[in-house]
Amino acid sequence: MAVAVSAPPQTAAIVPRRGQFLRTMPTKAKVGGGILAIFVLVAIIGPAIAPYDPSATNPNALGAVGPTAAHLLGTTTTGQDVLSQLLVGMRSSVVLGVLTATIATTLSVATGVTAGFLGGVADEGLSLLMNVFVVLPALPLLIVLLGYLPNSGDLPTAIVLSALGWSWGARVIRAQTLTLRSRDFIAAARETGERTWRLVVFEILPNEVSLIAANFVGTFLYAILTSVALAFIGVANFSTWNLGTMLFWAQSANAFSIGAWWWYVPPGVAAALLGTGLVLLNFGLDELGNPRLRNSTGRRKRRRGGWRPTGSATTAHRAGPKWSGRAWRPTDPTPVERVEPLA
Amino acid sequence: MSPADTARNGSTPSYATEERPPVLEIRDLSIVYRGDVDVKAVDHIDLALAPGETVGLAGESGSGKSTLALGACRLLRPPAVITGGSVMYRGTRFAPDGVEILDQTSRELRKLRWREISIVFQSAMNALNPVLRIRDQLGDVLDAHLHLKGDEKRERLGMLLDLVGIPRERLRSYPHELSGGMRQRVMIAMALAVDPEVVIMDEPTTALDVVVQREILAQIVELQKRLHFAVLFITHDLSLLLEIADRIAIMYAGRLLEVGTAEQIHNRPAHPYTRGLLASFPSVHGARKALAGIPGSPPDLRSLPPGCPFVPRCRYAAEPCKSIDMRVLPVPGSVAGHFSACPFVTPETADRPALTPTAAASAGASPAEEPV
Repeated sequence: MAVAVSAPPQTAAIVPRRGQFLRTMPTKAKVGGGILAIFVLVAIIGPAIAPYDPSATNPNALGAVGPTAAHLLGTTTTGQDVLSQLLVGMRSSVVLGVLTATIATTLSVATGVTAGFLGGVADEGLSLLMNVFVVLPALPLLIVLLGYLPNSGDLPTAIVLSALGWSWGARVIRAQTLTLRSRDFIAAARETGERTWRLVVFEILPNEVSLIAANFVGTFLYAILTSVALAFIGVANFSTWNLGTMLFWAQSANAFSIGAWWWYVPPGVAAALLGTGLVLLNFGLDELGNPRLRNSTGRRKRRRGGWRPTGSATTAHRAGPKWSGRAWRPTDPTPVERVEPLA
Repeated sequence: MSPADTARNGSTPSYATEERPPVLEIRDLSIVYRGDVDVKAVDHIDLALAPGETVGLAGESGSGKSTLALGACRLLRPPAVITGGSVMYRGTRFAPDGVEILDQTSRELRKLRWREISIVFQSAMNALNPVLRIRDQLGDVLDAHLHLKGDEKRERLGMLLDLVGIPRERLRSYPHELSGGMRQRVMIAMALAVDPEVVIMDEPTTALDVVVQREILAQIVELQKRLHFAVLFITHDLSLLLEIADRIAIMYAGRLLEVGTAEQIHNRPAHPYTRGLLASFPSVHGARKALAGIPGSPPDLRSLPPGCPFVPRCRYAAEPCKSIDMRVLPVPGSVAGHFSACPFVTPETADRPALTPTAAASAGASPAEEPV
């Protein structure tokens, strides 16, 4: 056996240091975070690096032209540069997503934690409110409200989307708060004299970090996809550029039937990629609020032929319990690895 | 409550007179927890459990008691790995000739679990599902193993609660509606639901007060007389084991230090550690004596020195202790069944009145110094 029994104890390696969290995140979450970072970067610097004015038309345009050196993603039928539209439009979409996610998550957390923690009449009232919003038919209402708001910018759209999207998250957080409220560590904290707001902020909320983060990411995705869908069916402010309006113009100019794929594929792929990135990131967020998950899934080593802890004693505890080529299940018996023959 | 506990002490140990081979036989079992450095939680341990016998497993926290019992049933999850040994199970129904538990697949083990070997866990509140009624939780066990339905199942459920002295109406209760003692009784009823041959009790009474503890122990002893299951009783309370166990095994730092009948352990303790344990709690019956703890604390299992792990805390420690083989050997002068890992100290070795500094420091002393 290659394991050095007499080696000095290495406590530091077993207990991960602060700051190792990012490095020990699952690969999926890293990829998701990377994709999201690229989109946020484009949202920030996009308008500055856009080669053309996205709205500038070319009077001499002979219809939509495919990718060329001058127009890397081709042009629209009126000679507008698709790449510039994408670079400029990304900001509006990402801003809308962040705004909606922030407003809706704040609403969810405030109502959910309040209802769950206070209980009684407050809970009854807030739960009623949540349930009403849960059953509201969101899409028709969105069409009516956004159609009613003249020249609606990102903020009014975000507010309407949040108003219709906060209730699911609030219900989840209320339920989680209910289970946390009666745990012994809350009773213990109350007994040590902590005030109610401290109980909520420092005892309950940290336990819900992963839920809240997942809620944020989910709402972000919901906002972007909904705004794209709304713009596509014509409910949007068409004086601005975002992924939805790009798709709307492409669709109204029959980009598909004239074969101008460079017009509708980039915004479509961008929306899909952004969604993928957010979903992948979501996988990593579980670990954020649950320290128990970190050691077992972080820095997972891909191994063929099952779990071989003797292979590398230094990383075995991080490799996570694996056996027979698949993850260990609670019904699996303790593995037997005879290192010495039976006497 | 019947004073069944008093009948235990001093009666002939069932192990010595038993005709049948052990129902559970652990041989040379080693279990490690994988990590940067392997932790040898169980190191070459032999222990047998005769049919209907109560074997107590005593030791400090972290001495490997639970690892041994749960590992022998293959209930530990990685990073725990069994690195060697054998665990034979011989049940009259299941496998009279014995099966090797360490060679069983997950599917084969399922037939063995609960039906043959069941467990009473320490924390009844955590082991019972808070959202299911007692009836449903007990019923699930009957469903899964006996395929009972309808009246038959209802009758068996009632009988199980009668067995542990809980009114039948309690079948409709949720776990939070029961007291701690009742919950533990429900756990015992659940462990006995399908008539297993071996019941592992992992500190079943540690969380309870002494009165309830006594009631439950008396109940276990009485049930054992009626149903003839063998018990492997894990606890850190040696005084409790002296009352209820037929035989007692003392563990320390993943190793077995001494095995013997309760009487042998109580009257003729051979290993210095056992002596220390016995001196550290008051006796209810005997004369009053000064209590003496064991100085120091258990060693780090990641870097155990060779030889006896108890050397740094042992008042009899000598140089040869650092190189002895830790297998248990028959204690000279004792009747059969009494084993100790210490080849130097016997029950006849004089108990020195107080710990002298030289002996205490001898672990780190130079070889020139002559201890004992």
